Amino acid sequence: MKSESNLKRVLDAGHISVTAECGPPRGADPDIVREKAAFVAGNVDACNVTDNQTAVVRMSSLAGCMLIKELGIDPLIQMVVRDRNRIALQSDLLGASALGVRNLLCLSGDHQKFGDDPQAKNVFDIDSMQLIHLAKTMRDEGVFPSGDKLQGAPDFYIGCAVNPFADPYEIRVPRLKLKMEAGADFVQTQCIYNMEKFKTYIEDAKRDGLTEKIKILAGVTPLKSAGMAKFMRRMVAGMDIPDEVVKRIADEPKEKQAAKGIEMCIEQIQELKEMEGIAGIHVMAIEWEEKLNEIIGGAGLLPRPIIE
Amino acid sequence: MITGTPKPIEEILEMVEPYDNIIVAGCHGCVTVCRVGGEKEVQVLASTLRLAREASGRKIEIKEVSLERQCDPEYVELMRPYVEDYQAVLSIACGAGIQFLAEKFTVTPLLPGINTGFLGVTERQGEWAERCQGCGDCVLHLTGGICPVTRCAKSLFHGPCGGSVRGICEIDKDVKCGWQLIVDRLKALDQMDNYGKLKPYKGWDSARHGGPRRILREDMI
Repeated sequence: MKSESNLKRVLDAGHISVTAECGPPRGADPDIVREKAAFVAGNVDACNVTDNQTAVVRMSSLAGCMLIKELGIDPLIQMVVRDRNRIALQSDLLGASALGVRNLLCLSGDHQKFGDDPQAKNVFDIDSMQLIHLAKTMRDEGVFPSGDKLQGAPDFYIGCAVNPFADPYEIRVPRLKLKMEAGADFVQTQCIYNMEKFKTYIEDAKRDGLTEKIKILAGVTPLKSAGMAKFMRRMVAGMDIPDEVVKRIADEPKEKQAAKGIEMCIEQIQELKEMEGIAGIHVMAIEWEEKLNEIIGGAGLLPRPIIE
Repeated sequence: MITGTPKPIEEILEMVEPYDNIIVAGCHGCVTVCRVGGEKEVQVLASTLRLAREASGRKIEIKEVSLERQCDPEYVELMRPYVEDYQAVLSIACGAGIQFLAEKFTVTPLLPGINTGFLGVTERQGEWAERCQGCGDCVLHLTGGICPVTRCAKSLFHGPCGGSVRGICEIDKDVKCGWQLIVDRLKALDQMDNYGKLKPYKGWDSARHGGPRRILREDMI
Protein backbone atom coordinates (compact mmCIF):
# COMPACT_ATOMS: atom_id res chain seq x y z
CA MET A 1 0.00 0.00 0.00
CA LYS A 2 1.28 3.44 -0.87
CA SER A 3 1.95 5.80 1.98
CA GLU A 4 1.08 9.39 1.29
CA SER A 5 3.03 12.52 2.01
CA ASN A 6 2.27 13.79 5.50
CA LEU A 7 2.80 17.33 4.25
CA LYS A 8 0.12 16.80 1.61
CA ARG A 9 -2.29 15.35 4.17
CA VAL A 10 -1.84 18.33 6.49
CA LEU A 11 -2.31 20.84 3.67
CA ASP A 12 -5.27 18.98 2.18
CA ALA A 13 -6.92 19.01 5.61
CA GLY A 14 -6.69 22.80 5.51
CA HIS A 15 -4.05 23.30 8.20
CA ILE A 16 -1.22 25.79 7.94
CA SER A 17 1.71 23.45 7.33
CA VAL A 18 5.14 23.75 8.89
CA THR A 19 8.31 22.58 7.22
CA ALA A 20 11.93 23.08 8.18
CA GLU A 21 15.21 22.09 6.66
CA CYS A 22 18.19 19.99 7.64
CA GLY A 23 21.52 20.52 5.92
CA PRO A 24 23.43 17.22 5.86
CA PRO A 25 26.97 17.29 7.26
CA ARG A 26 30.26 17.71 5.44
CA GLY A 27 31.14 14.11 6.18
CA ALA A 28 29.80 10.63 6.66
CA ASP A 29 28.80 10.91 10.32
CA PRO A 30 25.10 9.98 10.52
CA ASP A 31 24.82 11.15 14.13
CA ILE A 32 25.10 14.77 13.05
CA VAL A 33 21.91 14.33 11.01
CA ARG A 34 20.23 12.47 13.86
CA GLU A 35 21.09 15.26 16.32
CA LYS A 36 19.63 17.92 14.02
CA ALA A 37 16.59 15.76 13.30
CA ALA A 38 15.89 15.38 17.02
CA PHE A 39 15.29 19.15 17.14
CA VAL A 40 13.04 18.95 14.09
CA ALA A 41 10.92 15.95 15.09
CA GLY A 42 7.48 16.86 16.37
CA ASN A 43 7.76 20.47 15.20
CA VAL A 44 7.12 20.02 11.50
CA ASP A 45 4.97 18.16 9.00
CA ALA A 46 7.93 17.46 6.73
CA CYS A 47 11.58 18.37 6.68
CA ASN A 48 13.64 19.35 3.65
CA VAL A 49 17.03 17.76 3.28
CA THR A 50 19.21 19.97 1.15
CA ASP A 51 21.14 18.78 -1.90
CA ASN A 52 24.71 20.09 -1.76
CA GLN A 53 23.47 23.61 -1.12
CA THR A 54 25.69 26.47 -2.25
CA ALA A 55 27.51 23.77 -4.24
CA VAL A 56 29.40 22.72 -1.13
CA VAL A 57 29.81 18.94 -0.99
CA ARG A 58 27.77 17.29 1.73
CA MET A 59 26.25 13.92 2.52
CA SER A 60 23.65 13.14 -0.15
CA SER A 61 20.12 14.36 0.29
CA LEU A 62 18.68 10.87 -0.10
CA ALA A 63 20.90 9.49 2.67
CA GLY A 64 19.89 12.42 4.88
CA CYS A 65 16.23 11.75 4.11
CA MET A 66 16.55 8.13 5.21
CA LEU A 67 18.27 9.16 8.44
CA ILE A 68 15.55 11.65 9.41
CA LYS A 69 12.86 9.18 8.37
CA GLU A 70 14.22 6.81 11.03
CA LEU A 71 13.13 9.43 13.55
CA GLY A 72 9.60 9.52 12.21
CA ILE A 73 9.98 12.73 10.21
CA ASP A 74 8.37 12.94 6.76
CA PRO A 75 11.38 13.66 4.56
CA LEU A 76 11.35 16.13 1.69
CA ILE A 77 14.14 15.47 -0.75
CA GLN A 78 15.68 18.47 -2.48
CA MET A 79 16.97 17.67 -5.92
CA VAL A 80 19.10 20.00 -8.01
CA VAL A 81 19.73 19.67 -11.74
CA ARG A 82 23.25 21.06 -11.44
CA ASP A 83 24.97 17.74 -10.76
CA ARG A 84 22.91 15.10 -12.52
CA ASN A 85 21.66 14.54 -16.02
CA ARG A 86 18.17 13.28 -16.77
CA ILE A 87 19.32 9.66 -16.52
CA ALA A 88 20.61 10.10 -12.96
CA LEU A 89 17.64 12.29 -11.97
CA GLN A 90 15.10 9.70 -13.08
CA SER A 91 17.04 6.96 -11.35
CA ASP A 92 17.24 8.93 -8.10
CA LEU A 93 13.55 9.77 -8.24
CA LEU A 94 12.76 6.06 -8.49
CA GLY A 95 15.17 5.23 -5.69
CA ALA A 96 13.85 7.94 -3.36
CA SER A 97 10.27 6.88 -3.93
CA ALA A 98 11.16 3.21 -3.40
CA LEU A 99 12.69 4.14 -0.04
CA GLY A 100 9.53 5.95 1.03
CA VAL A 101 10.40 9.57 0.36
CA ARG A 102 7.11 11.22 -0.60
CA ASN A 103 8.02 14.90 -0.93
CA LEU A 104 10.22 16.38 -3.61
CA LEU A 105 11.60 19.86 -4.18
CA CYS A 106 12.85 20.53 -7.71
CA LEU A 107 15.64 23.10 -7.89
CA SER A 108 18.21 24.30 -10.35
CA GLY A 109 20.93 24.48 -7.68
CA ASP A 110 23.46 27.14 -6.81
CA HIS A 111 26.16 27.58 -9.41
CA GLN A 112 29.28 25.54 -8.64
CA LYS A 113 31.25 28.77 -8.57
CA PHE A 114 30.05 29.28 -4.98
CA GLY A 115 31.20 25.90 -3.71
CA ASP A 116 34.43 24.20 -2.87
CA ASP A 117 34.83 22.75 -6.36
CA PRO A 118 34.43 25.80 -8.59
CA GLN A 119 36.27 23.97 -11.37
CA ALA A 120 33.66 21.21 -11.49
CA LYS A 121 31.72 20.60 -14.69
CA ASN A 122 28.05 21.45 -14.28
CA VAL A 123 25.26 19.50 -15.91
CA PHE A 124 21.99 21.46 -16.31
CA ASP A 125 20.77 18.85 -18.80
CA ILE A 126 17.21 19.84 -17.95
CA ASP A 127 16.18 22.78 -15.78
CA SER A 128 14.13 22.83 -12.58
CA MET A 129 10.93 23.53 -14.52
CA GLN A 130 11.51 20.44 -16.61
CA LEU A 131 12.40 18.35 -13.54
CA ILE A 132 8.95 19.20 -12.16
CA HIS A 133 7.46 18.07 -15.44
CA LEU A 134 9.57 14.92 -15.44
CA ALA A 135 8.51 13.95 -11.90
CA LYS A 136 4.86 14.61 -12.71
CA THR A 137 5.02 12.59 -15.91
CA MET A 138 6.52 9.63 -14.08
CA ARG A 139 4.06 9.91 -11.20
CA ASP A 140 0.83 10.55 -13.09
CA GLU A 141 1.38 8.74 -16.34
CA GLY A 142 3.55 5.90 -15.07
CA VAL A 143 5.98 6.35 -17.91
CA PHE A 144 9.52 7.59 -18.43
CA PRO A 145 9.79 10.76 -20.50
CA SER A 146 11.01 8.45 -23.25
CA GLY A 147 7.55 6.87 -23.21
CA ASP A 148 8.54 3.50 -21.76
CA LYS A 149 6.30 2.16 -19.05
CA LEU A 150 7.59 2.23 -15.46
CA GLN A 151 7.64 -0.85 -13.28
CA GLY A 152 5.90 1.06 -10.53
CA ALA A 153 5.39 4.82 -10.70
CA PRO A 154 7.15 7.02 -8.13
CA ASP A 155 4.84 8.81 -5.73
CA PHE A 156 5.77 12.35 -4.83
CA TYR A 157 4.16 15.50 -3.58
CA ILE A 158 5.96 17.77 -6.00
CA GLY A 159 7.36 21.09 -4.94
CA CYS A 160 9.30 23.96 -6.39
CA ALA A 161 10.99 27.09 -5.08
CA VAL A 162 10.55 30.73 -5.99
CA ASN A 163 12.35 33.90 -5.11
CA PRO A 164 9.79 36.73 -5.22
CA PHE A 165 12.61 39.20 -4.54
CA ALA A 166 14.84 38.48 -7.52
CA ASP A 167 14.71 40.47 -10.74
CA PRO A 168 12.97 41.08 -13.01
CA TYR A 169 9.89 41.19 -10.78
CA GLU A 170 7.38 41.11 -13.61
CA ILE A 171 8.20 37.48 -14.52
CA ARG A 172 8.16 36.20 -10.94
CA VAL A 173 4.44 35.42 -10.84
CA PRO A 174 4.33 34.15 -14.46
CA ARG A 175 7.26 31.89 -13.59
CA LEU A 176 5.39 30.49 -10.60
CA LYS A 177 2.43 29.88 -12.91
CA LEU A 178 4.71 28.03 -15.30
CA LYS A 179 5.96 25.84 -12.44
CA MET A 180 2.42 25.15 -11.34
CA GLU A 181 1.45 24.19 -14.89
CA ALA A 182 4.52 21.99 -15.18
CA GLY A 183 3.20 20.02 -12.21
CA ALA A 184 4.22 21.63 -8.92
CA ASP A 185 1.77 20.95 -6.07
CA PHE A 186 3.47 23.30 -3.64
CA VAL A 187 6.06 26.04 -3.60
CA GLN A 188 8.50 27.10 -0.91
CA THR A 189 9.67 30.69 -1.13
CA GLN A 190 13.06 32.24 -0.58
CA CYS A 191 13.49 33.76 2.91
CA ILE A 192 11.10 36.67 3.26
CA TYR A 193 12.19 39.81 5.06
CA ASN A 194 10.55 42.42 2.87
CA MET A 195 6.93 41.80 3.87
CA GLU A 196 5.56 44.64 1.75
CA LYS A 197 7.06 43.27 -1.44
CA PHE A 198 5.93 39.77 -0.52
CA LYS A 199 2.35 40.96 -0.03
CA THR A 200 2.43 42.47 -3.50
CA TYR A 201 3.70 39.16 -4.87
CA ILE A 202 0.92 37.21 -3.16
CA GLU A 203 -1.69 39.70 -4.38
CA ASP A 204 -0.40 39.29 -7.92
CA ALA A 205 -0.40 35.50 -7.56
CA LYS A 206 -3.94 35.62 -6.23
CA ARG A 207 -5.07 37.72 -9.17
CA ASP A 208 -3.77 34.99 -11.47
CA GLY A 209 -5.68 32.39 -9.48
CA LEU A 210 -2.45 30.73 -8.36
CA THR A 211 -3.10 30.73 -4.62
CA GLU A 212 -5.96 28.31 -5.22
CA LYS A 213 -4.00 26.01 -7.47
CA ILE A 214 -0.66 25.70 -5.69
CA LYS A 215 0.10 25.60 -1.97
CA ILE A 216 2.36 28.51 -1.12
CA LEU A 217 4.66 27.86 1.84
CA ALA A 218 6.24 31.13 2.97
CA GLY A 219 9.94 30.88 3.78
CA VAL A 220 11.48 32.51 6.84
CA THR A 221 14.96 32.46 8.34
CA PRO A 222 15.54 33.77 11.86
CA LEU A 223 18.41 36.23 12.05
CA LYS A 224 21.07 35.38 14.63
CA SER A 225 22.61 38.83 14.63
CA ALA A 226 22.77 42.14 12.82
CA GLY A 227 26.02 40.86 11.33
CA MET A 228 24.22 37.91 9.76
CA ALA A 229 21.59 40.22 8.28
CA LYS A 230 24.23 42.46 6.75
CA PHE A 231 26.24 39.50 5.49
CA MET A 232 23.23 37.88 3.83
CA ARG A 233 22.16 41.13 2.28
CA ARG A 234 25.60 41.68 0.83
CA MET A 235 26.52 38.16 -0.19
CA VAL A 236 23.34 36.36 -1.21
CA ALA A 237 21.95 37.42 -4.56
CA GLY A 238 18.24 38.11 -4.48
CA MET A 239 18.14 38.43 -0.68
CA ASP A 240 16.02 41.47 0.14
CA ILE A 241 16.46 42.60 3.76
CA PRO A 242 15.03 46.09 4.26
CA ASP A 243 16.95 48.65 6.31
CA GLU A 244 14.32 48.74 9.05
CA VAL A 245 14.69 44.99 9.60
CA VAL A 246 18.45 45.31 9.94
CA LYS A 247 18.05 48.35 12.16
CA ARG A 248 15.62 46.60 14.47
CA ILE A 249 18.10 43.85 15.28
CA ALA A 250 21.16 46.12 15.17
CA ASP A 251 19.61 48.40 17.79
CA GLU A 252 19.82 45.58 20.33
CA PRO A 253 23.00 44.96 22.31
CA LYS A 254 24.99 42.07 20.82
CA GLU A 255 24.01 39.54 23.46
CA LYS A 256 20.31 40.18 22.91
CA GLN A 257 20.34 40.12 19.10
CA ALA A 258 19.69 36.38 18.79
CA ALA A 259 16.62 36.62 21.01
CA LYS A 260 15.44 39.60 19.00
CA GLY A 261 15.93 37.64 15.78
CA ILE A 262 13.70 34.89 17.10
CA GLU A 263 11.08 37.35 18.28
CA MET A 264 11.06 38.99 14.85
CA CYS A 265 10.77 35.61 13.13
CA ILE A 266 7.82 34.63 15.33
CA GLU A 267 6.04 37.91 14.60
CA GLN A 268 6.61 37.40 10.93
CA ILE A 269 5.19 33.86 10.99
CA GLN A 270 2.15 35.11 12.88
CA GLU A 271 1.53 37.67 10.18
CA LEU A 272 2.21 35.25 7.33
CA LYS A 273 -0.06 32.51 8.62
CA GLU A 274 -2.99 34.91 8.64
CA MET A 275 -2.26 36.10 5.13
CA GLU A 276 -4.79 34.98 2.56
CA GLY A 277 -3.17 32.67 0.04
CA ILE A 278 -0.50 31.34 2.38
CA ALA A 279 -0.84 27.60 2.99
CA GLY A 280 2.19 26.99 5.17
CA ILE A 281 5.39 28.23 6.71
CA HIS A 282 8.86 27.00 5.78
CA VAL A 283 11.35 27.74 8.57
CA MET A 284 14.95 27.68 7.44
CA ALA A 285 16.80 27.98 10.74
CA ILE A 286 20.26 27.72 9.26
CA GLU A 287 22.50 25.75 11.65
CA TRP A 288 20.03 26.75 14.37
CA GLU A 289 17.68 23.76 14.42
CA GLU A 290 17.60 23.83 18.23
CA LYS A 291 15.47 26.97 18.05
CA LEU A 292 12.75 25.44 15.88
CA ASN A 293 10.56 24.42 18.81
CA GLU A 294 10.73 27.89 20.31
CA ILE A 295 9.98 29.60 16.99
CA ILE A 296 7.21 27.31 15.78
CA GLY A 297 5.67 27.00 19.24
CA GLY A 298 5.97 30.74 19.77
CA ALA A 299 4.05 31.33 16.57
CA GLY A 300 1.22 29.16 17.84
CA LEU A 301 1.77 26.36 15.38
CA LEU A 302 2.30 23.53 17.88
CA PRO A 303 1.37 20.79 18.32
CA ARG A 304 1.38 19.67 14.71
CA PRO A 305 -1.83 18.01 13.55
CA ILE A 306 -1.88 14.26 13.17
CA ILE A 307 -3.95 13.24 10.16
CA GLU A 308 -4.81 9.58 9.87
CA MET B 1 34.37 34.26 -34.76
CA ILE B 2 36.43 31.75 -32.81
CA THR B 3 38.32 33.60 -30.12
CA GLY B 4 41.42 32.73 -28.17
CA THR B 5 44.07 33.97 -25.79
CA PRO B 6 47.84 33.59 -26.03
CA LYS B 7 49.41 30.95 -23.84
CA PRO B 8 51.89 32.33 -21.30
CA ILE B 9 55.33 32.64 -22.89
CA GLU B 10 56.82 30.42 -20.15
CA GLU B 11 54.51 27.60 -21.16
CA ILE B 12 55.40 28.03 -24.82
CA LEU B 13 59.13 28.10 -24.05
CA GLU B 14 58.74 24.85 -22.14
CA MET B 15 56.92 23.29 -25.10
CA VAL B 16 59.57 24.31 -27.63
CA GLU B 17 62.46 23.49 -25.30
CA PRO B 18 63.40 20.19 -27.02
CA TYR B 19 63.61 21.78 -30.48
CA ASP B 20 66.26 23.74 -32.38
CA ASN B 21 64.18 24.67 -35.39
CA ILE B 22 60.43 25.13 -35.64
CA ILE B 23 57.68 26.71 -37.69
CA VAL B 24 55.44 29.30 -36.05
CA ALA B 25 52.19 29.12 -38.00
CA GLY B 26 49.47 31.73 -37.91
CA CYS B 27 46.09 31.92 -39.59
CA HIS B 28 44.36 34.77 -41.43
CA GLY B 29 40.91 33.71 -40.19
CA CYS B 30 39.24 34.33 -36.85
CA VAL B 31 42.44 34.48 -34.83
CA THR B 32 43.67 37.36 -36.95
CA VAL B 33 40.47 39.29 -36.26
CA CYS B 34 40.75 38.72 -32.53
CA ARG B 35 44.44 39.55 -32.69
CA VAL B 36 45.86 36.38 -31.25
CA GLY B 37 47.12 34.30 -34.17
CA GLY B 38 47.60 36.41 -37.27
CA GLU B 39 50.68 37.43 -39.21
CA LYS B 40 51.62 40.14 -36.75
CA GLU B 41 51.31 37.82 -33.78
CA VAL B 42 53.48 35.26 -35.58
CA GLN B 43 56.23 37.87 -35.94
CA VAL B 44 56.00 38.96 -32.31
CA LEU B 45 55.94 35.42 -30.94
CA ALA B 46 58.83 34.28 -33.15
CA SER B 47 60.95 37.27 -32.10
CA THR B 48 60.18 36.72 -28.44
CA LEU B 49 61.13 33.05 -28.65
CA ARG B 50 64.34 33.81 -30.53
CA LEU B 51 65.39 36.39 -27.96
CA ALA B 52 64.53 34.17 -25.02
CA ARG B 53 66.38 31.21 -26.45
CA GLU B 54 69.37 33.34 -27.37
CA ALA B 55 69.47 34.59 -23.79
CA SER B 56 69.41 31.03 -22.53
CA GLY B 57 72.39 30.17 -24.72
CA ARG B 58 70.61 27.84 -27.12
CA LYS B 59 69.44 29.52 -30.29
CA ILE B 60 66.32 28.44 -32.09
CA GLU B 61 65.67 28.78 -35.80
CA ILE B 62 62.13 29.80 -36.61
CA LYS B 63 60.29 29.91 -39.90
CA GLU B 64 57.34 32.30 -39.82
CA VAL B 65 54.28 31.27 -41.77
CA SER B 66 50.72 32.56 -42.01
CA LEU B 67 48.15 30.51 -43.85
CA GLU B 68 44.93 31.90 -45.26
CA ARG B 69 43.12 29.36 -43.07
CA GLN B 70 44.48 26.42 -41.11
CA CYS B 71 41.09 24.70 -41.26
CA ASP B 72 41.02 24.26 -45.05
CA PRO B 73 43.05 21.55 -46.80
CA GLU B 74 43.99 23.68 -49.81
CA TYR B 75 45.87 26.17 -47.61
CA VAL B 76 47.30 23.60 -45.21
CA GLU B 77 48.83 21.71 -48.14
CA LEU B 78 50.95 24.77 -48.93
CA MET B 79 53.09 23.88 -45.91
CA ARG B 80 53.78 20.35 -47.04
CA PRO B 81 56.91 21.05 -49.14
CA TYR B 82 58.90 22.29 -46.16
CA VAL B 83 57.14 21.12 -43.03
CA GLU B 84 59.40 18.12 -42.54
CA ASP B 85 62.48 20.34 -42.60
CA TYR B 86 61.45 21.47 -39.13
CA GLN B 87 61.28 19.58 -35.87
CA ALA B 88 57.90 20.95 -34.77
CA VAL B 89 55.12 23.36 -35.67
CA LEU B 90 53.90 25.87 -33.11
CA SER B 91 50.47 26.92 -34.32
CA ILE B 92 48.62 29.96 -33.08
CA ALA B 93 45.42 29.16 -34.91
CA CYS B 94 42.38 27.84 -33.07
CA GLY B 95 42.20 24.26 -31.84
CA ALA B 96 40.56 23.18 -35.08
CA GLY B 97 43.40 24.59 -37.15
CA ILE B 98 46.08 23.09 -34.93
CA GLN B 99 44.46 19.67 -35.12
CA PHE B 100 44.02 19.89 -38.85
CA LEU B 101 47.77 20.48 -39.24
CA ALA B 102 48.46 17.53 -36.94
CA GLU B 103 46.17 15.38 -39.03
CA LYS B 104 47.84 16.33 -42.28
CA PHE B 105 51.46 16.28 -41.14
CA THR B 106 51.61 13.03 -39.27
CA VAL B 107 55.30 12.90 -38.38
CA THR B 108 55.67 16.49 -37.13
CA PRO B 109 54.77 17.37 -33.52
CA LEU B 110 52.16 20.14 -33.31
CA LEU B 111 52.27 22.58 -30.38
CA PRO B 112 49.40 24.89 -29.38
CA GLY B 113 50.49 28.51 -28.92
CA ILE B 114 47.08 29.79 -27.88
CA ASN B 115 44.19 28.65 -25.73
CA THR B 116 41.12 28.54 -27.92
CA GLY B 117 38.18 30.34 -26.37
CA PHE B 118 34.67 30.53 -27.68
CA LEU B 119 32.36 31.54 -30.51
CA GLY B 120 31.94 35.20 -29.81
CA VAL B 121 31.77 38.79 -30.89
CA THR B 122 33.92 41.89 -30.52
CA GLU B 123 32.03 43.99 -27.99
CA ARG B 124 34.61 46.75 -28.28
CA GLN B 125 38.29 47.06 -29.12
CA GLY B 126 40.07 44.49 -26.97
CA GLU B 127 36.97 42.87 -25.54
CA TRP B 128 35.31 39.73 -26.84
CA ALA B 129 32.31 37.90 -25.44
CA GLU B 130 30.73 34.52 -25.97
CA ARG B 131 27.49 34.27 -27.91
CA CYS B 132 27.13 30.73 -29.22
CA GLN B 133 27.93 27.22 -28.04
CA GLY B 134 27.17 25.60 -31.37
CA CYS B 135 24.65 23.28 -29.73
CA GLY B 136 23.09 22.36 -33.04
CA ASP B 137 19.45 23.28 -32.36
CA CYS B 138 18.89 27.01 -32.45
CA VAL B 139 15.99 28.56 -30.51
CA LEU B 140 16.87 32.22 -30.95
CA HIS B 141 13.52 32.94 -32.61
CA LEU B 142 11.80 32.06 -29.31
CA THR B 143 14.15 33.91 -27.00
CA GLY B 144 14.38 37.35 -28.53
CA GLY B 145 17.61 36.59 -30.34
CA ILE B 146 19.51 35.94 -27.11
CA CYS B 147 20.76 32.42 -26.43
CA PRO B 148 19.76 30.89 -23.08
CA VAL B 149 22.26 28.06 -23.48
CA THR B 150 25.16 30.47 -23.79
CA ARG B 151 24.09 33.59 -21.95
CA CYS B 152 22.60 31.94 -18.83
CA ALA B 153 25.28 30.54 -16.51
CA LYS B 154 23.03 27.53 -15.90
CA SER B 155 21.78 27.25 -19.49
CA LEU B 156 18.23 27.43 -18.16
CA PHE B 157 15.37 27.21 -20.61
CA HIS B 158 12.98 28.83 -18.13
CA GLY B 159 14.99 31.51 -16.43
CA PRO B 160 15.89 33.69 -14.74
CA CYS B 161 16.74 31.86 -11.55
CA GLY B 162 16.66 33.50 -8.13
CA GLY B 163 20.17 34.80 -8.56
CA SER B 164 19.32 37.59 -10.98
CA VAL B 165 19.65 41.02 -9.41
CA ARG B 166 19.32 44.30 -11.30
CA GLY B 167 20.22 42.57 -14.54
CA ILE B 168 23.38 40.97 -13.17
CA CYS B 169 24.05 37.25 -12.77
CA GLU B 170 25.02 36.09 -9.30
CA ILE B 171 28.18 34.39 -10.56
CA ASP B 172 29.99 37.62 -11.42
CA LYS B 173 29.29 41.33 -11.24
CA ASP B 174 30.50 41.66 -14.83
CA VAL B 175 28.14 39.01 -16.20
CA LYS B 176 24.73 40.16 -17.36
CA CYS B 177 21.80 37.91 -16.55
CA GLY B 178 20.98 36.24 -19.86
CA TRP B 179 17.35 35.85 -18.92
CA GLN B 180 16.96 39.50 -17.96
CA LEU B 181 18.23 40.29 -21.46
CA ILE B 182 15.79 37.80 -22.96
CA VAL B 183 12.83 39.18 -21.02
CA ASP B 184 13.72 42.78 -21.90
CA ARG B 185 13.98 41.88 -25.54
CA LEU B 186 10.77 39.82 -25.60
CA LYS B 187 8.96 42.76 -24.07
CA ALA B 188 10.40 45.15 -26.63
CA LEU B 189 9.27 42.79 -29.40
CA ASP B 190 5.87 42.23 -27.79
CA GLN B 191 6.63 38.50 -27.67
CA MET B 192 6.20 37.80 -23.96
CA ASP B 193 3.81 34.99 -24.93
CA ASN B 194 6.93 32.97 -25.69
CA TYR B 195 7.99 33.29 -22.05
CA GLY B 196 5.01 31.53 -20.55
CA LYS B 197 5.40 28.26 -22.40
CA LEU B 198 6.99 25.08 -21.12
CA LYS B 199 9.78 24.19 -23.49
CA PRO B 200 10.65 20.57 -24.32
CA TYR B 201 13.78 19.05 -22.82
CA LYS B 202 16.65 20.05 -25.00
CA GLY B 203 18.17 17.37 -27.17
CA TRP B 204 21.84 17.63 -26.38
CA ASP B 205 22.60 14.94 -28.93
CA SER B 206 22.89 17.71 -31.52
CA ALA B 207 25.52 19.33 -29.29
CA ARG B 208 28.90 17.89 -28.32
CA HIS B 209 27.19 15.32 -26.08
CA GLY B 210 26.24 13.19 -29.05
CA GLY B 211 29.94 12.70 -29.80
CA PRO B 212 32.14 14.55 -32.33
CA ARG B 213 29.91 16.12 -34.93
CA ARG B 214 30.03 16.18 -38.69
CA ILE B 215 28.07 18.08 -41.31
CA LEU B 216 27.51 16.31 -44.59
CA ARG B 217 26.10 18.34 -47.46
CA GLU B 218 25.26 15.89 -50.24
CA ASP B 219 24.52 18.81 -52.59
CA MET B 220 28.11 19.98 -52.34
CA ILE B 221 29.93 16.68 -52.63
